[in-house]
Amino acid sequence: MTTVSQWRLRAGAASSSAKAAAGPAGTRRQQRLALLALAPALTMFCAFWLLPFARLVLMGAEIDRGSGISAYLAILTHRQYLISLAATLGVSLVVSITAVGIAGLAGFFLARHCFPGKAALVAILTFPLAFPGVVVGFLVIMLGGRQGILAQLSQWLFDERWIFAYSLTGLFVGYLYFSIPRVITTVMAACETLDRSLEEAARSLGADTWRVTRDVIVPGIAPALLSTGAICFATSMGAFGTAFTLGTRMSILPLNIYGEFTNYANFAMAAALSVVLGLITWLALSIARKLAGSSLGAPA
Amino acid sequence: MTSSVSITLERCGRTFANGHTALHPLDLSIAAGETLVLLGPSGCGKTTTLRIISGLESPDAGGRVRFGERDVTQRPIEKRDVGMVFQNYALFPNMSVADNIAYGLKIQRLPATEIRQRVDEVMAMVDLQGFGERRIDALSGGQKQRVALARAIAVRPKVLLFDEPLAALDAKLRDRLRIEIGQLLRELNITAVYVTHDQAEAMALGDRIAVMQAGRIAQLGTPQEIYHRPSSAFVADFIGAVNRLEVIGSRPQGRLVVHGGELHGPHLSGLPSIYCRPEDIQIVETNVAAIQGCVIQSVFLGQTQRLMVDTGSSTPLQVDAPSREHWRVGEVIGLTIPPEVLFHPEQCNSQRDVQEVAHG
Repeated sequence: MTTVSQWRLRAGAASSSAKAAAGPAGTRRQQRLALLALAPALTMFCAFWLLPFARLVLMGAEIDRGSGISAYLAILTHRQYLISLAATLGVSLVVSITAVGIAGLAGFFLARHCFPGKAALVAILTFPLAFPGVVVGFLVIMLGGRQGILAQLSQWLFDERWIFAYSLTGLFVGYLYFSIPRVITTVMAACETLDRSLEEAARSLGADTWRVTRDVIVPGIAPALLSTGAICFATSMGAFGTAFTLGTRMSILPLNIYGEFTNYANFAMAAALSVVLGLITWLALSIARKLAGSSLGAPA
Repeated sequence: MTSSVSITLERCGRTFANGHTALHPLDLSIAAGETLVLLGPSGCGKTTTLRIISGLESPDAGGRVRFGERDVTQRPIEKRDVGMVFQNYALFPNMSVADNIAYGLKIQRLPATEIRQRVDEVMAMVDLQGFGERRIDALSGGQKQRVALARAIAVRPKVLLFDEPLAALDAKLRDRLRIEIGQLLRELNITAVYVTHDQAEAMALGDRIAVMQAGRIAQLGTPQEIYHRPSSAFVADFIGAVNRLEVIGSRPQGRLVVHGGELHGPHLSGLPSIYCRPEDIQIVETNVAAIQGCVIQSVFLGQTQRLMVDTGSSTPLQVDAPSREHWRVGEVIGLTIPPEVLFHPEQCNSQRDVQEVAHG
């Protein structure tokens, strides 16, 4: 997906700059030149995206080794795949909403207030962006695993071990962990661009803080909230490292794909699941892009 | 309409956290129903003064803001009953024209029928009938500012505040909307404070004008007083064009020697320089002229043309001449300036009957 959007961007930029540069006479020559300049990008696109993906789509239509029917059909008819799909969707959705809620507030506060140590706080808050999924998974285990901080604390207080790391809850915490920095940075940037006079106008008309927030600030940063939420969703849908670290037995799409592929050599099912995962994330991003009316990057 | 209210500022100053003083403590009273224009270059403190009146900013300790008899210093803007119009319109982009105008009324929880009626009423006042369902981004700049104006007056505020409302519009539209705002203010008979850096706007709209400079009021008075009897060279220069003639000698019977000739100005004897407006200088035959000079440039302005006349002083004299006549560059022309149009800011100060001088 990264390649597609980048390719579109490049093509758009190239053709528009060509048009701008040349008069009517030179336009065709310029266009031919632009096409020539596009060739490397086009080659890359075909070689590394179009061909492998076409193969993947076709492979997914082949017979699934487990059920004996087309793998796409098997996903729709078999309980285990539907549950896994629902769990992945559910966790990603809850993570996105929670992250947007918590980090939206935090980001707004940080954008609006100046206090000593703010730069350091923002740096710390956005630090998890640099962590790979495996490290995030490891951190969740440190917190909620069998020997984790929470387990030790609850052992000491209540004489029982509280463990959440190896479940959907652990996954939720892990995903939230790397979603929050994204939302905070996006919301802070969006708040900078808010027109303060809108808030002043609303206040002059008698609006209290709550109404200003509801009528001016939230609609103002809604595009940013939507787009960052969609990116969180897409990232959570496909996050493999964290899930893999927390436990391979969890029924989550990325782990399913890995399992079908490596454990059962069920290439058709792995391909079908990949296509479904890709389609869902692509759909989420394009819906958000449409609603927000601004361009988005694909998940990292 | 809510009956209008007077505004009193007492020792209102504003120093920001970085130590910059935007406004030196000033006293200002605005009569009920009056339109006061705060005029000055950017950074002169006019917007800060407006924001202190609105409640968006608080004056430094010791400052007081009164609406009528009521002290509103501690009240935030949402409790001050003010309507505000901004330079960038500040319309809510996610609402239609009618919803924008109805916003303040909905906050007041008026019944739906009354809201609709009032919205229609103010839309008619600003000539926007039939635009209710339009989206904000489907409006032109002038229409947007009308919506903003309608939204501000719909709540029937006690005070209307304008922060350079026409600065973003093109000249033709600016003139038209200025006239409409003027009519509206007279109709409503509402106390209004209007911030602008445009002197033409200030003179057309203000019952009184406060010319501000570097955080202080340089002069407060009617447009006529400000224009004809400016209290400082700054004010004289800021409002309209002005000539400063250096007095290089004096003769008996109040005759002042300036570059290019002699002028009669008995009331200005002893001053180092004298002032006059370009439109007050008359062009006459050279043999009867008080001073003579050489035309070095002519700028056509439409209704008039402005000649730059070199009289031997460091800056050329600006003279307004009829627009249909023609003067060649290099031509020597005669000028006469009647004594009554000559002035000096310091003298204007001592002459002024009512002295309203800011503190600080």
